[in-house]
Amino acid sequence: MSAFDEMTGRDGDDETRSPYSRIDEWLKKTPRDHLDARRSQAELFFRRIGITFAVYGEEAASERLIPFDIIPRIITKDEWRRVEKGLEQRVRALNMFLADLYGKQEILRAGIIPPELILTNPAYRLEMKGLKVPHDIYCHIAGIDLVRVDEDTFYVLEDNARTPSGVSYMLENREVTMRLFPELFARHRVAPVEEYPDALLAALQSVAPTSGRREPTVALLTPGQFNSAYYEHSFLADKLGVELVEAGDLFVKDDVVYMRTTEGPRRIDVLYRRLDDEYIDPLVFRPDSVLGVPGLFGAYQAGNVTLANAVGTGVADDKAVYTYMPEIVRFYMGEDPILHNVPTWRCRERDSLAYVLEKLDDLVVKEVNGSGGYGMLVGPHATKAQVEEFRRKLKHNPEGFIAQPTLALSTCPTFVASGVAPRHVDLRPFVLSGAKGVSIIPGGLTRVALKEGSLVVNSSQGGGTKDTWIVDA
Amino acid sequence: MLSRTADNLYWLFRYTERADFVARILEATMRLAALPTSYSGVRNEWESALAVAGDSDIFHLHYDVVNEDTVRDFLAFSQHNPSSIRSCLESARTNARGVRTALTMEMWETINDAWLELQRGRRSDMDRNAFSDFLQFTKAVSLNFDGSAYRTMLRNDAYYFTRLGVSIERADNTARILDVKYHMLLPETERVGGSLDYFQWTTILREVQAHTAYHWVYRESVRPWLVADLLILNRQMPRSLACCCESLVRHLDLIADLYGRRGPAQRFASATSARLGAARIEEVFGQGLHEWVSEFINENNRLGAAIAEQYLI
Repeated sequence: MSAFDEMTGRDGDDETRSPYSRIDEWLKKTPRDHLDARRSQAELFFRRIGITFAVYGEEAASERLIPFDIIPRIITKDEWRRVEKGLEQRVRALNMFLADLYGKQEILRAGIIPPELILTNPAYRLEMKGLKVPHDIYCHIAGIDLVRVDEDTFYVLEDNARTPSGVSYMLENREVTMRLFPELFARHRVAPVEEYPDALLAALQSVAPTSGRREPTVALLTPGQFNSAYYEHSFLADKLGVELVEAGDLFVKDDVVYMRTTEGPRRIDVLYRRLDDEYIDPLVFRPDSVLGVPGLFGAYQAGNVTLANAVGTGVADDKAVYTYMPEIVRFYMGEDPILHNVPTWRCRERDSLAYVLEKLDDLVVKEVNGSGGYGMLVGPHATKAQVEEFRRKLKHNPEGFIAQPTLALSTCPTFVASGVAPRHVDLRPFVLSGAKGVSIIPGGLTRVALKEGSLVVNSSQGGGTKDTWIVDA
Repeated sequence: MLSRTADNLYWLFRYTERADFVARILEATMRLAALPTSYSGVRNEWESALAVAGDSDIFHLHYDVVNEDTVRDFLAFSQHNPSSIRSCLESARTNARGVRTALTMEMWETINDAWLELQRGRRSDMDRNAFSDFLQFTKAVSLNFDGSAYRTMLRNDAYYFTRLGVSIERADNTARILDVKYHMLLPETERVGGSLDYFQWTTILREVQAHTAYHWVYRESVRPWLVADLLILNRQMPRSLACCCESLVRHLDLIADLYGRRGPAQRFASATSARLGAARIEEVFGQGLHEWVSEFINENNRLGAAIAEQYLI
């Protein structure tokens, strides 16, 4: 099984694909030390502005840079257009699905999804049942992870419907690339990404509680500066022009949320919260949470504040629910999904489990509730002991896992220690949903597995990022 | 703005100001300690530096003797000392990270670069040359930071809170020097010593960066009561208590204008400033320099508490 290379096609020995002709030319004529110099410049830039990422469990390296690869990834406008349509369809369906799960539950009654999969799911929030949210939008910000396997096929690898991160890298990568390679940039016509913060602010304002008092006040709620994505939180608050608040800055009185300011309390209408459901309100969810605001959920229930994303969206990005996404799209949209899932075995089903156990060496096994590349087995790259450990886990708790074939993720030319070489990539576009519809910034965050042959792109596991160019062909 | 943001900005500037102060104390002390004993008098300059810039209770928990090595280590690098240069710059960076959105790019880069530089392993066993470079570096950081704030920040409440931090901290620092060294400034008749004191007085001037300014203001050789006058009452001298108070009044008034409301902090600051404006150095000595300075330190702390109460929590 060989991977599709986005520059040279399959097997890497074909002719250069036309979207990459200018990149290829540039790579051929640019001396290695020039690329080295540019890479150091980029690293210095990131280090100075403080774009760092905390890797949990690594005390010493608690502030690390995500490696940035200087060679941009190219996707043509035509290729992108289809992806974009598929994303819009999928996220619309996700929102209708969530509204249904917390409403009439028609999809369960129609027998499309086993009810126990939803109702006993820890991410399903009973507290949300029957609660009306503005414009029926639950997932205002979605990050949909895509992988490319050939000329024509993008698969959805997973949906991130809780608090997806990475958009700051998409924006900063572009700034850096424009600065490093103005000449190369000018020779492509690259669709801009810089309007993301404006689009996000518009989407957030559009879902403010409809009492229509005045210009809605939006704030971004962060767990604080020791959170791994803190840089992104402060970056976004700055670009949005909204206050970056922590739990201690907020209080709730008579079901209204206020922030403490130097001029006294100020009312908040929309809270873009980058804090998981369990932590937002110790009175309703985890009582030991010091990151949350007592009474926040009450204010939400009273309709005095909008939370983005809504509480309980996690049930839609559960990896077991993911396997039903094609049916979910058909059920709500009445059309076939434009973007396909990666073929997936649900280990909860007996035949699938038997197959998975037999082929464990070839498959990727994922924990249904895991995220960020933790709790995952990549069969072909795993040791015997790791495979056996997963075999035990699977037998013990089949419902907790899904399995997928080891995909030949596409590769892109990447500047690594040995020179320019193909490395596997994925793509996370960001999809915004507001009262006025869906908007998608062209491109997204490309993550790249920097180790040769590696398929794990997660930044928590040593992956890097690239700028992603949607270009006129 | 968020109270927490205002609080972070206020402390961020207190910490960078304090780092600069500790660096200057160390520099002046090294200079004094390098003089032959017949010029500098009793060899207690490191104890004196410790008294001015540190907390001797914390010091004695971690060191047995007071000498150049231990005091240098404690004031510049110790993680046990919340006011060491290292701790100040680290706290400043933590505060800066907490208010990224309220800082300009230039300010963030200055403080983040300084922190990165510190991570490169500044050691306490560095020789005098390297240590001297480190003090230069510290002063440059504070200067760059304050300069980038002055040049790049919007003149709104965020800026006013940074000025409050600087002024409160400066007033406290200058007052601490006076508190520890007041006996050197008492009128000559009450002193035993003799001409040795000249170097002690100029050291005080160096500690507040006023060595040249003194001569421009008084146009005569260094006299202890004029040193006290310069540090306490001279409004042209940026580190004098009077000048710091004036700045506190001005920026508290700007905040009050912006918010359309005055409070206890404004009234308190105006009263102190008026008292300083009317005072003459003879009266200060008449009341007892030490008592007068101690009372000022208390008042300054109370003003800090009033500002916190009114805006920062």
